[in-house]
Amino acid sequence: METRYRELDPSLFESADIDVYEGERIAGPPVGFWRDAWIRLKKNRGALISLAVLVSVFATAFVIGPLISSQSPYTQDLAQRYLGPTSEFWFGTDKFGRDMWTRVWAGTRVSLYIGLLAALLDIFVGVVYGAVSGFLGGRVDDVLQRGIEILNGVPYLVIAILAMVVLDPGIITITIALAVTGWTYMARIVRGRMLQLKNQEFTLASRSLGANGFRLVWKHLIPNSLGLIVINLMFTIPAAIFAEAFLSFIGLGIQVPEASLGSLISDGADELRFHPYLLWLPAFVFSLLMICFNLLGDGLRDALDPKMRK
Amino acid sequence: MEMNGDNILEVRDLQISFSTYAGEVQAVRGVSFDLRRGETLAIVGESGSGKSVTAKSIMRLNPTANTIVRGGEILFGQEDLLKLGEKQMQNIRGPKIAMVFQDPMTSLDPTMKVGRQIIESLKKHLGMSGREASKRAEELLTLVGIPNAEERVKHYPHQFSGGMRQRVVIAIALACEPQILIADEPTTALDVTIQAQILDLLRELQEKIGTSVILITHDLGVVASVADRIAVMYAGKIVETGTVRETFYDPQMPYTWGLLASIPLPNADRSRDLIPIPGSPPDMSDPPKGCPFTARCPYAMRVCSTEFPEYTTFSAEHKAACWLHHPMAPNVEPPVRIGDAR
Amino acid sequence: MMEQSPNGNGRAILEVKDLKKHFKVGRRASLKAVDGISLEIKEGETLGLVGESGCGKTTVGRVLVRLYEPSGGEVLFGGEDVHRARGNDAKILNRKMQMIFQDPQASLNPRMVVSDIVAEGIDIHGLAGSKKERLDRVHELLETVGLSKEHANRFPHEFSGGQRQRIGVARALAVEPEFIVADEPVSALDVSIQAQVINLMRQLQRDRDLTYLFISHDLSVVKYISDRVGVMYLGQLVELADSDELYANPLHPYTRALLSAVPVPDPDYESERERTVIAGDLPSPVNPPSGCRFRTRCPQAVEAAAHVDPPWREAKPGHWIQACPCFA
Repeated sequence: METRYRELDPSLFESADIDVYEGERIAGPPVGFWRDAWIRLKKNRGALISLAVLVSVFATAFVIGPLISSQSPYTQDLAQRYLGPTSEFWFGTDKFGRDMWTRVWAGTRVSLYIGLLAALLDIFVGVVYGAVSGFLGGRVDDVLQRGIEILNGVPYLVIAILAMVVLDPGIITITIALAVTGWTYMARIVRGRMLQLKNQEFTLASRSLGANGFRLVWKHLIPNSLGLIVINLMFTIPAAIFAEAFLSFIGLGIQVPEASLGSLISDGADELRFHPYLLWLPAFVFSLLMICFNLLGDGLRDALDPKMRK
Repeated sequence: MEMNGDNILEVRDLQISFSTYAGEVQAVRGVSFDLRRGETLAIVGESGSGKSVTAKSIMRLNPTANTIVRGGEILFGQEDLLKLGEKQMQNIRGPKIAMVFQDPMTSLDPTMKVGRQIIESLKKHLGMSGREASKRAEELLTLVGIPNAEERVKHYPHQFSGGMRQRVVIAIALACEPQILIADEPTTALDVTIQAQILDLLRELQEKIGTSVILITHDLGVVASVADRIAVMYAGKIVETGTVRETFYDPQMPYTWGLLASIPLPNADRSRDLIPIPGSPPDMSDPPKGCPFTARCPYAMRVCSTEFPEYTTFSAEHKAACWLHHPMAPNVEPPVRIGDAR
Repeated sequence: MMEQSPNGNGRAILEVKDLKKHFKVGRRASLKAVDGISLEIKEGETLGLVGESGCGKTTVGRVLVRLYEPSGGEVLFGGEDVHRARGNDAKILNRKMQMIFQDPQASLNPRMVVSDIVAEGIDIHGLAGSKKERLDRVHELLETVGLSKEHANRFPHEFSGGQRQRIGVARALAVEPEFIVADEPVSALDVSIQAQVINLMRQLQRDRDLTYLFISHDLSVVKYISDRVGVMYLGQLVELADSDELYANPLHPYTRALLSAVPVPDPDYESERERTVIAGDLPSPVNPPSGCRFRTRCPQAVEAAAHVDPPWREAKPGHWIQACPCFA
């Protein structure tokens, strides 16, 4: 039962002044939610590259493209038809001699506009609808939910066709179809989150302090739903872009002479045999958009997902 | 690789870390202890102490993706459990070493009838036929105190209350009469009156079957009630170990003193404040040098943050690691002794 | 009916009369979480409320702080019915009656900085004239609960459980309450940290003349911190007495069983004590047993217990019990 002790310097056995508060000090700068999320997002190379690509696509479509090119997407020059990519026509020309470069970017502008529209609808209609429904609960919730169920029951294709009966097919009809159905998923998600957060202790604490409904929603519930909202947006956008492209592809969307990535792909598909570049080029830009939005969405989900923290 | 004849399990210098997105977290930093045949050993500690990780390591149930075994051995029979392959471990989990977890809600498969969950184990490990296994399953449910066993065997987990579910979990664990039962906070999620039932049951079954039990808990009352020996863990290390009487009545390490002093006893003097341990447990992704308790220890000396002290032996079973036992350290008295309050 | 007279010392700050709270489950059934509780809380005291899961103690706390509307009975604070208060009166009550929550993870908004969390009450009630005053008050509160100024612009996830509970305490104190419902404030904390928070609460009570309702399932902690203790079972009070008296002379069989079941960190005591382990499980609060609710598990149950609603009686001065027929 003997324990052997080493000889040590006696001064080591003096009392160490332990400041307990030292231990309670938190090292490093305060890390907020968004900053932390950004740090995590940066580690995901796919997402970061996608973000960079998307930013360049946006810039090219809206700013750079029109600046560089002096052509118009509509000018026909039958003498120059079916030219492959040349130094004058970077993307070549189509069957009417129109410059493909400008047409493709015009089509991209349409797609991005649709994506933006979908995002705005999601935010201003979907989130509000879902928040009101989830927060108020009870009868209001029941009624609002039945509303969504009805809207969901009708496929957006049908609505687009109906809209076209009344108006001319084009960007307006697509906008209407999207406005009626595109935001319902977001509303459901936000409602679910509201229901979850309503009963969390920090919400109860606020209520017991005397917070009114507005304060609860604006300061507590929405901020804790932003992660979810952003992630959902990142997936709504490509879904909307795809929906428009599909409608245009089957001829129900953008009509000639306007260009949309979908209609360009459709036209290109007809010419695949002899002039494949007419298909590959718009298809490439379209795929790039879809992939990047999806990768970014995945990256954001990983970065923002509360379960993966700590 | 020789084990002392009395011991059924020997853990030597176990070191386990996890790789997380925040870096490497050293959960267990050199833990050694023995489990004797037929005894109940309690491993006590708070969050971050590493007690659960130690228990899971014996069963090799830590997530393979990010668990790093940095060293040590776990000797059971002739084998070092850390070196066995997954197939061999499967032959040990269940028939030789069984585990009971904290949450009875998630320990049982909600889509499988309770009887079947027991029968599975019996058929696989003991090679029983369907009929034999069924009968044995009913016997086991009765053994753990579930009335109407023939009917209950066909029920699903959600048809049982929390306490009953825990009994079922115990029945599954003991189905093959394992040599060791590891119970990780088995009663923490249960009400006090149900806890008393389950602890009684464990005691009874241990006597009947002769299983050795490792009980992981943070509740010193439970320890005093059912354990023979205790190992106190802090920040990945064992800081004191001994028989329950020795450790409760003659604790030798400031953390143990702190734990005992901060619990209000039934006859505590209400006019006096409790004596808490200030501060919080350390961050295991960056464990402190030396004795991990230094930052919160009212008796800390400069040597404490330089290296972890040697264990001082006080009796056959009682050991503690603290620089205060070095002959050059000043004499100190623990703040409170349990025996005094009685 | 179920009245209880004050003990003589200290006026009652809160009176609860035959309080009921039922939750609807499904079409016809209702979960009787609280089913007829009457008690008084005296100014400056700590009343402990203990019971196991499903007894309704958390629900009582939430009804008192007006997070739930009662299904029956009333709660009077300073003589006024708290659930009838509207507008400004309601706001005043928000300041006077506050709550400390159980889960340090969930009780703080993860997206808000600590100073905003602590100052929320100040913001809502306009208690600070300027940004500087607000910040000063936040710093003061943080220091009162044992944290420091630097913690003010951090986020909750950067703190440990014990520290988060302290932030919750600071938040409650910010509106200068008189009465605080503490709902299992230390149950989610490590043992060595529990003592920190308990000591803090006791000190605050001394310094600020606070009255507490301390809800917990941990009998040792409740006994230590409370002046009087009430024991709940299946939505009803079965016993209420001074802390020492209840633990020394428990009269109701459930209280006896509860006390007997608590393991004490004293090995010799544990090996010597006699335990009454009650059998069976908790009945469902949707369909509680008739008459005396404890009769299905009571070691001394008698036939009559099923037919008679046991009256709430003062068995000894200051010691109330639900007088089951089995006592006779």
